[in-house]
Amino acid sequence: MKTWIKTLTVLLALTGGLAVVQPVAAQQAGTQFMGILGYRVGPYGANGAAFFTGMIDYLNLVNEKDGGINGVKLSWEECETEYNNAKGVECYERLKTRTTTGPTAIHPMSTGITYGLIDKAPVDKIPLITLGYGRTDATDGRVFPWVFPILSNYWDGATGIVKFIGDQEKGSLKGKKIVLLYHDSAYGKEPQPVLEAEATKLGFELKMIPVPHPGNEQQSQWLQIRQYKPDWVILWGWGVMSATALSTAQKVGYPRDKMVGIWWAGSEIDTQAAGPAAEGYYAASLNLAGKDFQVVRDVEKFVYAKGKGGDPKLVGTVLWNRGLAAAMITVEAVRTAQGKYGKKPVTGEQTRWGIENLNIDQKRLDQLGFGSMVPPLKLSCADHSGSGLVRFQKWEGAKWNAASDWMSGDRALIRKMVEESAGKYAKEKNITPGCMKG
Amino acid sequence: MFYREAGQFKTSYAADQALLPIRQDRYGMFILLAIAFVGLPLLASDYWLTAILIPFLVFSLAALGLNILTGYAGQLSLGTAAFMAVGAVATYNFELRVPGMPVLISFILGGLSAAAVGVLFGLPSLRIKGFYLAVATLAAQFFIPWLITKVGWFSNYSASGVITAQPIEILGMPFDTPMRKYLLVLAIVVVLALLAKNLVRSRIGRAWMAVRDMDVAAEVIGIRILRTKLTAFAVSSFYCGVAGALYAYAYLGSVEPDGFNLDLSFRILFMVIVGGVGSIMGSFLGAAFITLMPIFLEVALTEANTAFNLNLGPGVTSMSQLLVFGGLIIFFLIVEPHGLARLWQIAKEKLRLWPFPH
Repeated sequence: MKTWIKTLTVLLALTGGLAVVQPVAAQQAGTQFMGILGYRVGPYGANGAAFFTGMIDYLNLVNEKDGGINGVKLSWEECETEYNNAKGVECYERLKTRTTTGPTAIHPMSTGITYGLIDKAPVDKIPLITLGYGRTDATDGRVFPWVFPILSNYWDGATGIVKFIGDQEKGSLKGKKIVLLYHDSAYGKEPQPVLEAEATKLGFELKMIPVPHPGNEQQSQWLQIRQYKPDWVILWGWGVMSATALSTAQKVGYPRDKMVGIWWAGSEIDTQAAGPAAEGYYAASLNLAGKDFQVVRDVEKFVYAKGKGGDPKLVGTVLWNRGLAAAMITVEAVRTAQGKYGKKPVTGEQTRWGIENLNIDQKRLDQLGFGSMVPPLKLSCADHSGSGLVRFQKWEGAKWNAASDWMSGDRALIRKMVEESAGKYAKEKNITPGCMKG
Repeated sequence: MFYREAGQFKTSYAADQALLPIRQDRYGMFILLAIAFVGLPLLASDYWLTAILIPFLVFSLAALGLNILTGYAGQLSLGTAAFMAVGAVATYNFELRVPGMPVLISFILGGLSAAAVGVLFGLPSLRIKGFYLAVATLAAQFFIPWLITKVGWFSNYSASGVITAQPIEILGMPFDTPMRKYLLVLAIVVVLALLAKNLVRSRIGRAWMAVRDMDVAAEVIGIRILRTKLTAFAVSSFYCGVAGALYAYAYLGSVEPDGFNLDLSFRILFMVIVGGVGSIMGSFLGAAFITLMPIFLEVALTEANTAFNLNLGPGVTSMSQLLVFGGLIIFFLIVEPHGLARLWQIAKEKLRLWPFPH
């Protein structure tokens, strides 16, 4: 009898579990609904939490301070992807049908999920915004009309770092030795073709040293580096790898002020974990850190003071600020689209037009309170990336300080390589490159 | 009462050896297939088809592959995702480099390539057993994605080693809508599951089970260990390879080698363990549990959060979802260590006697 009851309970629980009910749509009618594919658990949960908190804080700010975009209130739903591709696609499919206007624009915040969605976006007419990651060749909007690698792509980052190093070396890199210490994955391989091209062009010697995932043991790599005696080390790290690189560099006595990281290796999470070893380390950045911006003060006043904020500890960190910028770009794209299609919730297709015709100049940035946190941004059909500007920050032991002005890498070289790569993709997929109308 | 086979007489060997000897099972299976082939495509929304049913079927196939190796032949493997990667990349290259290649043939060739790689990594199984073999297959898990990223040829020199699946077209018919993709995946999975069910009842399958239960005894009665273990690796990797190809072609569209990581291998292993080691149906039940349960929990928790105004942050719901999921796995394994398939079997026995158990 007892086992009988047990079996029954188990079966009941099981059927309950299998009957995945289609969730009742929340009260989102008449609002601009934003689908957010977030992650706050898993190996990159700390990074995700900072970014998505910033994003939601900004959406709250728009609602609280301006009453929405031209009177259209914002609503949103976050779905946990755990940085897992399959779950990311599930979340995307779920949020896509939530309202008639769709999820506005998706920030996948994961290169893997981006790849999973690239083929779905044109079919569903939902734009993807990949802010500083993802497919570099998607910069060519004639082949990838629905993908926007906004601000800067990895090749902008790589050539920007080379330029920054060149500036530190008084202009010439001839005969210098540079090491690329990279995360051995698709992400770490992304800058290699453009760095090789730069090495031939500028006459420096490039050595590429892979670090296997997750990168918490780098003794042998740093011994190699010590033998090779490079003038500079470019750190293409992610997660625990970046902090380990900094502390191992200290152990083998490599100067940290000769190390430059890409933006994903340049958050407080990385440098604080490395402690004093991180002092003097440079990192490229898409956005400045800190609270000294009007928009951050506004968030504190309109969102946190009303108890609607996410987490006060994250305010002003690199990734939180990046989340603000990401949300701002979507909001401004919606505003641009409203200018053409009317002051009501816009669809994904209309948002796509809005992103492609986005023009956020310095004046507009000042109005929005962003000031110098991000560079001005202007997109077009041929250029889905925008400024391509990066700015370098130096870790001074307690916080990031700007170490350069906004600067761009070798844009002509990148453009040529982007078009080659996008052309190959178009051929593989039988796409006729062209601009979309309307 | 509902499940009594009294009065069902078997008058031939064929009837006695049928796949589903009980009439109720046969009808049940027909109804299930009718629902899967006709009912679901008509009723299910695109969300259900693309986000739930297709991945469920793909993971079922992968779990089935692993179950053949681990459940039937007793060889523990942690390289499932790597074999899936081989299938996906091989299919991509056959499609890319051979003009006019029919996609179904590419799937089969992708599966065969995975089988070849599987045999290669199965060779150590002749000397090492149990956890040590798991470590050897772990080598495959790390080596294969690394190789695919390292050698540009595999991904047609894409900058980051990502492959993009070509559109599927069979006999001039494009499989581009969720419904068509679902039907394609369903058809392949049904055929392969039927094949597996028959395979494990055949001489080969019995040899696998003999080796699993005691390899010395199996050798003594004349089963060739080398061949048996390697066929298990080959067949298992074939299934995983086809699953990987479907994962890329029918589900995600573009895949990066990093997507086929150890995490995915573990997920598939958990499907086998939760579903039932050494059971074809267990693979399906396990895949359903592992893929659907987190989605159900997340939806339920989010709804509860809004309905009862709990005001939990998104971080809290994500964490509690993991907690509940982990707890459920432990609960099921304590209640029935042999997995969900065994639970189903017990339920059938109860139903046979119900309502007069004694």
